[in-house]
Amino acid sequence: MVKIHERKFVSADPEKCVGCQCCEYICSMTKGKSFNPLKSRIRVVRINQLINLAVTCRLCEDPPCVTACPRDALTQSEETGVINVDEDKCNGCGWCIEACDYGAIMLHPEDKVVFVCDLCKEQGEPQCVKWCPEEALELVTSDVLAQKARITAVKKLFQEAIKETAKKP
Amino acid sequence: MYGYAGRVLHVDLTTGKTHVEPLNEDYAKKYIGGIGLGIRLWLDYSKPGVEPFSPENPLILAIGPISGSVWPTGGNGHAFVAKSPQSYGVGEAKSHGSFGTELKRAGYDAVIFKGKAEKPVYVWIDDDSVQILDAAHLMGKSPADTEDTIREELGDYYIRVAAIGPAGEKLVRIACIINDKSRAAGRTGLGAVMGSKNLKAIAVRGTRDITVAKPDEFMEYVKEFHERMKGPAAQKYRTLGTPENVLVHNSLSCMPTRNYNNSRFEGAEKVSGESLNERFVAKIIGCSSCAMRCEHICVVAEGPYKGTMQRMEYETLWAMGPYCGVDRLDAIIKGMDLCNYYGIDAISAGVIVGFAMDCYENGILTQKDLGEVDARFGNHEALVQLIEKIGKREGIGDILAEGVKIAGEKIGNGADKLAQHIKGVEVTGYDLRCLKTAALGFAVSFRGADHNRHGAYAFDVKGKVNRLVAEKGRGKMVKDMEDVYTLIDSFIVCKFSRGAYYKELEDMTKLYTLVTGFEMTPEELKRSGERINNVARLFNVREGLGRKDDTLPYKVMHLPIPDEGPSKGAYVSQEELDLLLDDYYMARGWTREGIPTVEKLKELGMDDLIPIVEGKIGETKEAEE
Repeated sequence: MVKIHERKFVSADPEKCVGCQCCEYICSMTKGKSFNPLKSRIRVVRINQLINLAVTCRLCEDPPCVTACPRDALTQSEETGVINVDEDKCNGCGWCIEACDYGAIMLHPEDKVVFVCDLCKEQGEPQCVKWCPEEALELVTSDVLAQKARITAVKKLFQEAIKETAKKP
Repeated sequence: MYGYAGRVLHVDLTTGKTHVEPLNEDYAKKYIGGIGLGIRLWLDYSKPGVEPFSPENPLILAIGPISGSVWPTGGNGHAFVAKSPQSYGVGEAKSHGSFGTELKRAGYDAVIFKGKAEKPVYVWIDDDSVQILDAAHLMGKSPADTEDTIREELGDYYIRVAAIGPAGEKLVRIACIINDKSRAAGRTGLGAVMGSKNLKAIAVRGTRDITVAKPDEFMEYVKEFHERMKGPAAQKYRTLGTPENVLVHNSLSCMPTRNYNNSRFEGAEKVSGESLNERFVAKIIGCSSCAMRCEHICVVAEGPYKGTMQRMEYETLWAMGPYCGVDRLDAIIKGMDLCNYYGIDAISAGVIVGFAMDCYENGILTQKDLGEVDARFGNHEALVQLIEKIGKREGIGDILAEGVKIAGEKIGNGADKLAQHIKGVEVTGYDLRCLKTAALGFAVSFRGADHNRHGAYAFDVKGKVNRLVAEKGRGKMVKDMEDVYTLIDSFIVCKFSRGAYYKELEDMTKLYTLVTGFEMTPEELKRSGERINNVARLFNVREGLGRKDDTLPYKVMHLPIPDEGPSKGAYVSQEELDLLLDDYYMARGWTREGIPTVEKLKELGMDDLIPIVEGKIGETKEAEE
């Protein structure tokens, strides 16, 4: 018997995300009682008007940020997968920032240590997910993401197939 | 101070010196922010009769107290104010996106650009550090390219930029200021004022925390508005978007078509919101902090304009579509793309092209005059070609770039009668002949022809009044709407969200107090709305505008609607206009000449501005029945 992967992380649906940055404001308000995207653990990228996506920590298996830290300041919770930052050990060198493929770990502008999404453990649930006006953010497992991608792909396939069928007399 | 940053940045482009002054708290409370604050500051830093393109015409950038917070639609707006090169009165335009919010985090409520740089520059506001940098390499670039180049060279992709395009550099009088690549402070030609200062762009990075006076209650209220905005109040903007108006206006026969020759368009179905959404809308996106989303991003997938991607709204679609007789959405989207490339107001651009087409059809302009453009109504190629010429000031474009009013005078031969404008600003997509409350709102609008100063069309279109009749009472209706609309533009929140403020002033007052901590009553806030309309009027009075300028385009008063339908034969006579103006001035407590009285200014706590009206009121008394 295998165990289904249970770790959940915050993921934005590219079809739904409109780049409104509400998640950034909500995150910084939740964590620091102010509105400031620079203090948000989730950041929005707008490449052009059509391409918008909020990006945050994906709780990698074997996270490169943890491996990269020369001071062992980063550890990953076995239970939740959240990256814990030991603020006494972190000196803000930024190796972890460079190691992260997603830009999900950042240097805090005031505290000068790195900070990363912790799924709002104090609040019980990620506040960005709760507040997202487009319901584009979800707390999901990678398994569910894979399922969704499969379903979307198959639906698309069928759409084509249906169109093809319709063309035939 | 909560909500307000408490600081005003002064940038003297002539000397290259900058300094910061504290925000006048009295101004903040009285004029709120945005256009209210901007207009009040402009009066302080300019002299009467200043030329729009003179270095002495300050360009004011102002944001509101809500800016920088997560308030839905409130976090993201900014306003520009200067003397307009179109109306020679109030020039003001707002834009949304993510530029205003960045300015708040940089720590400023307003920036005042004075003087003129010796050569092209851009201003880089990086929190407390303000630098005036060379912009030679940016000249000729579109606002979008300018934004990309500045981000690249300053090395931060989250820097926000507002820039002018090639048209602003060339002082095209309908030039706008564009931020976030497709969001424009569009009307009244402020891009040309920016160009006249050799100011190509404003780049901003802000890192300050934004806090509100009562965070817990504020967040509760945000949550409530998120819910409201998911409901019917914002449904139109989330679904079909403003282009929904095409079929609505057409069915009411109130959609100016072919330069006001008609009021309905036989090609309406082809350019409807329904058609746009079915065929071109690829995604609907939103501004920073918005909970509605309205930006309908359109992509042209095939044909001669393949690959074009632009945002579309009703007004711009109408101007380049029905108003020019063009029934091809792909060409209209291309036209929008060109307007954003050159940095010109797409409403005015469409109206100017419609005007040129009318001149052509009437033999006032020939194909030769037009540089071989076959400017028949409905020719989509001519639309694209003429917009290019205006953007470049090339050939006939050099005259058309002056706007229809000046172009009409220059072209002569009766062209001025074909120029549909108010105070020099081109008309928008409401046929004023059959929308008489709107006609009043347009006539008295302090920034010229405009639906966004009053929204008075709503009474007509929704059937709350008999739209074909001019009668007493409309003055107060327009006034009350104007007072709310100036508040919306001073807070700054988005007009698309206005329906979510169920209790209007009460809701707005609650928002203001939660953010700023300043206690205010709905009555006091309404007074601020009235005060802002008065200060705008004082701007115009000081610059020589008056009752004679509160008028309507030629065709609205002389060409009855010819189309069969509910509004056939409608137009606005001089008697009707006079009746409406008298009624409005009376509701405002102004003189018959439309000048705010000393009593009114005292009542509104505007004693410091009384010298503007002294000597101008003369013998005329307050408007009487």
